[in-house]
Amino acid sequence: MPAGSDPLTPDPLVSALLRSDRFRVEREADWRRLDAIVTAMEKGRLRRVPDADLIALPQLYRTVASSLSIARAISLDAATLGYLEALVQRAWFVVYGPRSSLGDWLRGFLGGGWSRSVRGLGLDLAIAFAVMCAGVLVGWLLVAHDPDWYQALVPGQFADTRVPGASREALRATLFGNSQQDGMGAFAAYLFSNNAGVSILAFALGFAFGVPTLLLLVQNTAILGAMLWLYHGAGLTLDFAAWISVHGTTELFAILLSGGAGLHIGRAMAFPGERSVLAAASEAGRRAAQVMAGVVIMLVVAAILEGFARQLVDNTPGRLAIGGFMLALWCAYFFAFAPGRSPGHAGSRR
Amino acid sequence: MARTAAMPRRQARSNRDRMLITPEGVALPLTVASRGARAGALLLDFVFLGTVFVVVTIALISLAGGVAQLIGRFGSGGEAPAALQFLIVVWMIATFLLRYAWFLVFELGPRGATPGKRLSGIRIAARDGGRLTAEMVIARNLLRDIELFLPVAFIASAGVESPPAWLAATAWFAMFLLFPCFNRDRLRAGDVIAGTWVVEAPRRKLEAAMSVPAVPSAASSAYLFTEAELAVYGEYELQTLERILREDRDAAIESVQATIAAKIGRDPWVPDSRAFLEAYYAQLRARLEAGMRMGRRKADKHAGDAS
Repeated sequence: MPAGSDPLTPDPLVSALLRSDRFRVEREADWRRLDAIVTAMEKGRLRRVPDADLIALPQLYRTVASSLSIARAISLDAATLGYLEALVQRAWFVVYGPRSSLGDWLRGFLGGGWSRSVRGLGLDLAIAFAVMCAGVLVGWLLVAHDPDWYQALVPGQFADTRVPGASREALRATLFGNSQQDGMGAFAAYLFSNNAGVSILAFALGFAFGVPTLLLLVQNTAILGAMLWLYHGAGLTLDFAAWISVHGTTELFAILLSGGAGLHIGRAMAFPGERSVLAAASEAGRRAAQVMAGVVIMLVVAAILEGFARQLVDNTPGRLAIGGFMLALWCAYFFAFAPGRSPGHAGSRR
Repeated sequence: MARTAAMPRRQARSNRDRMLITPEGVALPLTVASRGARAGALLLDFVFLGTVFVVVTIALISLAGGVAQLIGRFGSGGEAPAALQFLIVVWMIATFLLRYAWFLVFELGPRGATPGKRLSGIRIAARDGGRLTAEMVIARNLLRDIELFLPVAFIASAGVESPPAWLAATAWFAMFLLFPCFNRDRLRAGDVIAGTWVVEAPRRKLEAAMSVPAVPSAASSAYLFTEAELAVYGEYELQTLERILREDRDAAIESVQATIAAKIGRDPWVPDSRAFLEAYYAQLRARLEAGMRMGRRKADKHAGDAS
């Protein structure tokens, strides 16, 4: 109940005040202390805030929030009410702000948060996988039906010597013997930013109910199908598969995840179930965003593999071993690695 | 008890005001950021981004020039490509980080705002009143890619030569740009996905001194008003009076004092208008607050006294 309603206050100056002003005088110290802490934290001077203040912050926030509730019931002082509203709001931003540091977040993310979100995509991953397989098939069939399609499907950068009618030796030369090549680092960085762009696009396009995501997946895997047809014609199927599997198992997995993430959002918006569209979209969006943060990490790995490992390991069995190992690693991490929820993890608890 | 009577509005409320219920159950008034403020914040961020980008690029180019010069002087051939290549890698990574991490890192900080947002006095918050999490910030910023960067790049690359592509890109861009105009909370597509919204950062104004002095001055205690004289006004007038006392402009104080004196039937000519108003304010507030504690509220002068 409102303090200050009893006449025990000894100070005659205070007791001469209105009750609501007495209420304010008695609590002002707390308000100002919270104000000082919040101001310091807003300015990013977290280190200069004493530990005692940091520990007191949640308690102070609740105290001031209850002061606001009481003040609304007993006080007509607009300045005090306005100040309290602003203060509680600022403290709310701090107390309920992004709590974890980047390191904490990363630990929770790698230690289960990421794989849990990936498993949460479930059906969407299956759809994206089916669509990608279909894309490869479509690419193959189109080119097999009419080789002119090859020029339309495969962007110029891949169609240097790798065109229909190229000799087996020319094709083979694109797969092997590049280990002396310069510029691997720049190549890897370029691959990474390019692929990350495509993945983020696949994710973001999920916003349009997932349809463009599917189209993007088909378009990108059709290139793969067309090139597979080309190398198959030259009898280099296994060599090509090995060449692409070095980074491809990681990269295609990442694209699969981003496509699944995009679909997840699109599906949640198209079929929200009993939730509102906004609630469904934001729940799906948060899970998909976590997957996407991981996709960026996978693409860094893929770019390193593509830029370095593929050039340095110049034989088919070695390449297959690397690709197979990466695939097994990702599958194990996403689908077999399921630690129990750590109780204090900020990201998973809401 | 306070719920029975509508809270008197302390200021004119716009259609951007929302009530947010914190997990403690306290209702907090929030103001959704205006579209102008958000557009301004975005422009500011682009100016900053562009500046950083140009500075990084120039620094790396001059570094590359220096490296080339050094190598030319000492004539060792092997390291040159490696060193230059390293600089190119750094530049690519910096470009990537500027595009995706700039907004992320700043919005994850305690201010929940990029530099542009901060200068515009706005920030992001979770729409449900709960915690703003890293996933929300990631989601809302990844979507910026299709809202902004992609169509702009597309428009630039399509050019005027291919009208259909150009039109499609422009329509796409316009759709996302106008998205905040078609919903109540001014959400952009990224906000919808992430469950966030952009609100005005609370003003930092420190509390002004109380309008009721700790020691009532002798002059103001000279004025005592009767119950009937105080019953004329309600909470709205009280808070208007408070504002006028805080603003402290002589002309306004005198005219308000004359109006009140006329309304309650007193001689409008008093030696000290401000003392008169302060006394009236203190006594009116005491009366209204006493009524509040009894569950009787009087919103304004038109409301009947519930007693």
